[in-house]
Formats: sequence, C-alpha cells, structure tokens
Amino acid sequence: MMAAASDPLAQAVDLREPSGWRRSKNQIMTAGMWLAFVIVLIPLGFVLVTLIAKGADAISWQFLTNSTIPPNVLPLGVDGMGAAVVGTLEITGFAALLAIPLGVLGAVYLNEYGGNGILARLISFMSSVMTGVPSIVMGLFIYIIWVLHFGYSGMAGSFALACLMLPIVIRSSYEMLRLVPDSLRQGSYALGATKARVTLTVVLPAALSGIVSGALLAVARAAGETAPLIFTILTVEQTNPNLFSGPDTSLPLQIFSNAQSAYVGANARAWGAALTLVAITFILMIVARIITALFTRNTR
Amino acid sequence: MSTVTKADPATPAGSANPLSRRRPLGDRGFQLLALSAGLLVLVILVLITITTAQQSTTWFAGGFKDIFQISFDGNTHFGAMGVLYGTVISSVIGVIVGVPVSIGIAMLLTQVVPARWARPFVYVIDLLAVVPSVVWGLWGIIVLVPWLQKIYLHVASGVKGIPVLDALFGGSAVGGASFFTAGLILAIMITPIITSLSREVIATVPDIDKEGAYALGATRWEMIRGAVWPHSQGGVTGAILVGFGRALGETIAVALVIGDSVEVTPHLFYSGHSIAAIIALQFGEAAGGEYRSALIGLGLFLFVLTILVNLVARWFVERSARRARGE
Repeated sequence: MMAAASDPLAQAVDLREPSGWRRSKNQIMTAGMWLAFVIVLIPLGFVLVTLIAKGADAISWQFLTNSTIPPNVLPLGVDGMGAAVVGTLEITGFAALLAIPLGVLGAVYLNEYGGNGILARLISFMSSVMTGVPSIVMGLFIYIIWVLHFGYSGMAGSFALACLMLPIVIRSSYEMLRLVPDSLRQGSYALGATKARVTLTVVLPAALSGIVSGALLAVARAAGETAPLIFTILTVEQTNPNLFSGPDTSLPLQIFSNAQSAYVGANARAWGAALTLVAITFILMIVARIITALFTRNTR
Repeated sequence: MSTVTKADPATPAGSANPLSRRRPLGDRGFQLLALSAGLLVLVILVLITITTAQQSTTWFAGGFKDIFQISFDGNTHFGAMGVLYGTVISSVIGVIVGVPVSIGIAMLLTQVVPARWARPFVYVIDLLAVVPSVVWGLWGIIVLVPWLQKIYLHVASGVKGIPVLDALFGGSAVGGASFFTAGLILAIMITPIITSLSREVIATVPDIDKEGAYALGATRWEMIRGAVWPHSQGGVTGAILVGFGRALGETIAVALVIGDSVEVTPHLFYSGHSIAAIIALQFGEAAGGEYRSALIGLGLFLFVLTILVNLVARWFVERSARRARGE
C-alpha cells in the first residue's frame, strides 16, 4: 500500500473498482452464498410438494375423524387417524399447560430475581445446554420415573414433551423479559408496588407478545416429536379420551409405524398423517407470527 | 441485606433489595415459586443422570469387555462401539455437508441481502425447523432412499479400484439406507439452528469494523474475510457444535434411513445404526434384563455426550457474546 501511494502511476488506477481477480472472487463468493440458499430450498420444496401431493389424496373428513388402524394391508379409504389427532392435541396441549407457566416463572427468576448471582448464571447456562438434550433421553427419563411406576398414559407423554419445552420457553421468555425497559419497573416501584406485583402487572404484560410467540414455537416443535412418546404412551388404535390413564396414540407415532410398513395403503396413511401434523405445526407458527406482528404494532 | 436501595449496575432488572425488610407473604411466595421453577432445570438434569445410571447397572456390571465391543444383537452382545461409530459418522457427514451451507446463508442474510428484505428469507429457513423429524424420515425412506440408491450404485461402480475413494464410496453392499443418507438428512435438519445462531453472532460485528474494511478499498468478500469472520469465528464454532449436538441426538429421521444394522465399516454407503435409533427401534422388544438395561445405558451415554458437546458449544457462544459487549 505504501509503495502504491508513493508511486504517481498508481493514482491513475480506478479506486472505485477493485482489480479483475478481486472482483471476480467477490462475485464468485456472493454467488456461492446464494447457491447455499438455493441448495436448502431444494429439499424443503421437494418435501413440501411431496407432502401436499401425497397427503392431500389421503385427507378427508373420514380420515381425520375415524378410528386409527394398524399399518397393515388395508387400502386408503378404510378408517383414518382420528385417534391420533385427538391424542396429539391432548398430549401437546397438556404439555404446554405444564411447561409454559413453569418456563415463564423460571425466566422471571433469571431476569427479575437472580440478577448476576452465581445460581442464576448457572441456571441460565444449563437451560441453554438443556435445549440440546436429545428428545429420546427425555422419553427414557419419564419412562423410568413415571411409566415404570404408574404405567403408560397420555400424561406421561405430556411430561416428556414438557421437559423438552421447558428450557426453550425459559430461554425465549428470558430474552423477552430482558427487553422490558427498566424505567417501567422503577416507575412501579416508585408507586410502592411489591416486586411480585410489578412483575405480574407491569413486566410480564409488557413482554407478553414475545413470550406467547416463543411459547407457541416451542409447542409447535413439541407437537412433532416422536421419540419421547415411544416409551411413554405406547401406541393404540382406538381413541383414548382419558389423558391420565391407559396407552394413547399420536400423529408422529402413527407416521413412524406406517412409514416402516411395506404396504402402499399404510404409506399413504403416513403421508396423510404427516400433512395433518405439518398443518397443525404451521398453524401454530403462523399464529405466533401474527401475535408478534400485532403486538409490535400496538406498542409502537 | 441492606435496607437502603442502591442502584446496582450489575443487575439490569433493578435492585433486588426491597425497601423494607418486611415483605408481604405473597411477594416472598412468588419469589420462591420463580426460584423453584428455575431450579427445576437443574433438578431434571441431575435426575436424568441418576435414574438412567440406576437402570443401566446390569449393563455396566458386565464390565468393559461387554461395553467396548462392536456387536449389539440384543441377545448376548451388548456393545456400544458399533452404534457409537454410526452416530458419530452420520453426524460428522451432517456437519461437513451442513456447515458450509449454513454459514453461507448466515453471511447472505446479514451481509448481502438488505436488512429489510431478510425477514422472508429467515421465515423460509425457519420452515425447515418446523417440519418434524418424523416427516423428514418419512420423506427420506419413501422418496430419497430409492433415488439415492441409484446414485450410490453409479458412484460405487465409478470409484472401483481407486484406493481411498473405493473404501469410502465403493463396496458390494451399497444401499440407499446408509450412513451417508442419514448424514444428508441430518445436514438438512441442523441447518436452521446453525444458521440462526451464526446470524446472531455475526450481527454483533460492529459496523465501524465493516466500514473500516470498505474504506480501505476491500470488496465485500474481503470485508467478510477481514472484518466479519475474525470477529465471529468463536461464536460460529459454538453454533456448529450446537448443530453437531443436535445431529448426535436426532432419532426418528435417522432410525428410518440409516438401515438398521450395527456395523463398523469405512463404506459410507453401507447401512449402519446409531445410538438414538437403536433405542427407538428396539426398546419395544427389549422386555427386560441386560437388553433393556443396555438400551437405557446407551441413552445415558448419549445424554452425557450431548451435554459435553453443548457445554463446550455454549461456552464458545457466551464467550463471543461477552466479547461483543466489550467485557
């Protein structure tokens, strides 16, 4: 660079445009980044198109409501996934009921009470580590502490899913609580409110939209989990209206067993169940996005 | 505890000290409730370790010779090495394929695409994460495996006789459901998490560094190499490790496409098995005794492995976040 500056000829070089090789390298690398995005679009597009094409054939009112059958030789059009739809909604719903309040409370501890203390830092760090614990381990854990003593039930499945959701809800709620401006808290303290009151009536409502959308994304992830349910709810074919006792079934488990089957009808049912499951998770995700969008506009 | 409220800059949430010592019961109760919810995380992690260790004592009682063998047949052999090999190999393939793509997308979304247009791109990447594992597995076994089988056979006949390539991609038992197929599915599944964590890290690169690079006449790529990459290296390493941890524990998709046979072989197009997959597929038939104990023991093994990977990963991420804040 120094040599170039002292050389009068160098000043004639066009400073706005880098030399040919550097420019092409820049272009190649930029093209590479776009290529990376396109590479990801291929499997995503492929899986969604297959899912819709094959799933739409299977789905009908009868498919969504009739009782479920084992992955056997019967063709499509005989019975459906009713039991699994009910099971998925019940089990995931109950898991959300357990994990969301606990997760939000945990985040409240981290942000409002823990401060920079060693315990709060440890919990914060371990909750992000816990998001990486494989779902199958959660299933084994609930199998050992619950199923071995009280038997298979939809509720055991909910426990396993709740263990999975807990750290995700803690992390996302914590991030949202950190964004609440301190002046809000100080204003409420100045009015003489207790800490619990400030947290419940000022801080949490201020962060509500973010917390809700984070929680819905956690629910969407949990709804698609298969591994933790294998050990906790077993699989049955009839609808089990009682969440708290007896083996249950769910969409992911039905997809898993039908996918392993050699029969065409079973595979078609797996696609139908997969489309139903993906539709449920997409709806949850879209609701989360709408909530975020609505509330960010309101607070502006 | 001081009775005077003092501004504590270390706790952004405001002082933890109340104005008076006598706080209402409800207030203290709420604090206790929040604390126990936070402690639940630690309790669950400790309980997982204790309970799985207790349930797998029968397996551990067999000693090292039992555990450090390849074969796992559910009858007399309960070795961990064969499944561990499959887990690591498929995850490494997933990382090798997934990481360049993820970092490329993260750079694209932070450095190339204008910020106001980046949102739809982010949604598309997030869609990948919303498609459940079992749906990737279903697509993998019904659509991808038969299609890849043809490609694998072509490749295998193409590399016949070439020293290293023949060992990796050749062989006579090439099949569509294999280590490599599992690795490809894993690559797709870990891309969203690596991309989003990398994006967060890259977003913390100060504008002044980037503007400085441009001011020196750098092209965008040179700016990325010279200003963005050195700054975000540590955080991106953490993001890759988080992705690797996810790949290690991924169960259902791998169970459907890896081929269900415990083997240690350099041939990547051969069928294999993984720790998570063998637990999911064989737990139902393992009625008890050493078989069930071994599967739970493998679960403990997987738990410890992913915890270690995630500890290192999060340490990298937090360190780079601290540096970005200038601490």
